[in-house]
Amino acid sequence: MASWDIRFDRLQAGYGERRVLTDVNGVLPGGAVSVILGGSGCGKSTLLRQIIGLSKPMGGSIVIGGQDISTMDRKAFRRLRRHMGVLFQDGALLGALTLGENAVLPLSEHLSLPKDLLRREALRVLSMVGLAEFIDYYPNELSGGMRKRAGLARAIVAEPRILLCDEPTSGLDPITAARMDDLLLSMHRHYPDMTIVVVSHDLDSLERIAGHVLVLRDGVSSFCGKLEELRKADDPYLRQFLRRDAGEVNDCGAQAMDGTVAASLKRWLES
Amino acid sequence: MKDNIFAAVGRTFLEAVGFMGSVAIFLFEGLVQTFASAKIFPRSLRQIYVIGHKSLFLILLISLFCGMVLGLQGYYTLIKFGSVGFLGAVVSLSLIRELGPVLTAIMLTGRAGSSMTAEIGVMRITDQIDALDVMDINSMSYLVSPRLAASLVSFPLLTAVFDVVGIVGGYLTGVAMLNMNQGAYFYRISSSVSMDDIVCGFVKAVVFGLLVTTVCCHQGYYTHRRRDSVGPEAVGNATTSGVVISCVLILASDYVLTSIFL
Ligand SMILES: Nc1ncnc2c1ncn2[C@@H]1O[C@H](COP(=O)(O)OP(=O)(O)OP(=O)(O)O)[C@@H](O)[C@H]1O
Ligand SMILES: [Mg+2]
Repeated sequence: MASWDIRFDRLQAGYGERRVLTDVNGVLPGGAVSVILGGSGCGKSTLLRQIIGLSKPMGGSIVIGGQDISTMDRKAFRRLRRHMGVLFQDGALLGALTLGENAVLPLSEHLSLPKDLLRREALRVLSMVGLAEFIDYYPNELSGGMRKRAGLARAIVAEPRILLCDEPTSGLDPITAARMDDLLLSMHRHYPDMTIVVVSHDLDSLERIAGHVLVLRDGVSSFCGKLEELRKADDPYLRQFLRRDAGEVNDCGAQAMDGTVAASLKRWLES
Repeated sequence: MKDNIFAAVGRTFLEAVGFMGSVAIFLFEGLVQTFASAKIFPRSLRQIYVIGHKSLFLILLISLFCGMVLGLQGYYTLIKFGSVGFLGAVVSLSLIRELGPVLTAIMLTGRAGSSMTAEIGVMRITDQIDALDVMDINSMSYLVSPRLAASLVSFPLLTAVFDVVGIVGGYLTGVAMLNMNQGAYFYRISSSVSMDDIVCGFVKAVVFGLLVTTVCCHQGYYTHRRRDSVGPEAVGNATTSGVVISCVLILASDYVLTSIFL
C-alpha cells in the first residue's frame, strides 16, 4: 500500500466573499510528518478544512494520493475520506457521548462489533493519549487539553492513512505537549505509510516532529520543504518566525490610558 | 444600504421562498434517512424519551387546566341558551379537533423544539457536525431522523393524552363543581364525536410534529449560515426563530387543515 501525498496547486479558499488563502502551493509528502506553520489567523485551519473537503476551493486544486479532490464526485470523495483521521482544533467531541464512546465512534457507527470489543479498543486508544481512567467521563467534564487528547484518540482509532491534527499541542503543558509529540512520532514509526499533517505554531514541537514544513503567510505558502532547508532559508520573515522576533514593524505595545478613564477607574478601585 | 421599497419587498419574498425550499429539502432528506438508517430504532427511542416522556407532565398540567377552563366558560355560555346539556359536546369537540393538537404542538415547540435547535446549533458551532461528516457518519440520519421519527410517535400520543385529560378537566368543572348531570356530559361526548373528528385531530398532530421538528432542527443545523450573528449568539437567535416560525406555521397550517376537514 503506497502512502498518499497531499499536493496543493495554486489553491484559493475562504469564507463567503472573503479569500483567506490566495495562493497555496506545495506538497506534503506521503509517509512523513509535515507541519503547517503560520501565525494565528493566517488560515491554517482553513487549509485543513479544504483537505477534508468541508468547503470547496475557490480556485486551484488539491490532489490527494494522485486524485484531484475538487473534481471528484461526492461518493468517491467520501470513500477517500474514510482513510482520514482528523483532530479538530477544539476536539469536536460529541457532547452526548462519553469519552469511550467518542473514541470508537468511527468503528461503532460503521462496523457491527460487540460492545466489549469496542470498549477494549476505546481503552487502547485512550491509554495511548493517557486518558484511560476517564473513559466514562463526558467531554464537558474534562479540561480543554484533555478534550484535545481525546480528539486525537478518536482520530487515530481507525488507523487512517492520513492523519490531520489541528494544533495538537496548543493548550497543553510542556510535558503533556512533549508526550503528544512523542505519540505522533511513535505513530509515524509504527505506521511508516501514514501521512501525518500537523498544524502548529509551536516551534518546540516543530523541531521535535517535523520532517517537512509548509509555512503560510498572509494566505500564501511562503515556504514548502524539508525542515533543514527551512533552517537554512534566508527569507527575513522565516528567520524572524524561527527566532520568535516581533520585528521592526510592530503595531502591538502598551499605551497609556486616557486620563479621565484612569481617574474614574482609580476612584472605583479605591471605593 | 440604499434600497427602494420594491427591492426590499422582493428580497424578503425571495428569501421566504428560498427558506421554504430549504426546509422542504431538509424534511425530505430527513425522512429518506429515517428509512435508510439501520440504527434508527435505538436513537429514536432515546428521542421519544426526550420529546415525549419528559414533556408528559407539562401536557398533563396544561390539558387539565385547559379542560377546566373550557368546562367553566362553556357552562356559563350554554346556560344562557338553556342548553347546558351540550357541555360534553362543546368540550370534547373543541379539544379533539382544535385545542388538543394545537396546544400540544405549541407546548412541545417550547419544551422540545427549542432544545433541539439549541443542541444541534451548539454541535454546529463547535465543529461536531463537521466531525461527523469527516467520520462519514451521515449527520442527517444521526441527528435529524431520530427526532423526526420520535415526533411522529410522540405528538399524536401526547395529543391523545391532552384530549382525554382535557375532557376530564371539563368533567371536573361541569359535573363535579357545577353539578351538571354526569350522564348527560358523557352521553353528549359519545353521541357527538365521530371518527372523522378523531382522525382530523391526529392528522393535525402528525403534521404539526413534522413541522415543528423540521423547522427547529433546520434552524439548528444551519446556525453557521445565519447572517445576523455568529457563535453562541447565533445559537440563541436560531432557537428564537425556530420557536417563532414553528408557532406561526402551526396556526397557519391549522387553518388550512381545518378548512380541508370541515
Ligand atoms: N467560519 C468562518 N467564517 C468567516 N471567516 C472565517 C471563518 N473561520 C475563520 N475565518 C477567518 O479566516 C481566517 C483564518 O482562520 P483560520 O481559523 O484558518 O486561522 P488559523 O490559522 O487556524 O488560526 P489559529 O492559529 O488561531 O487557529 C481568520 O482571519 C478568520 O477570521
Ligand atoms: Mg486554527
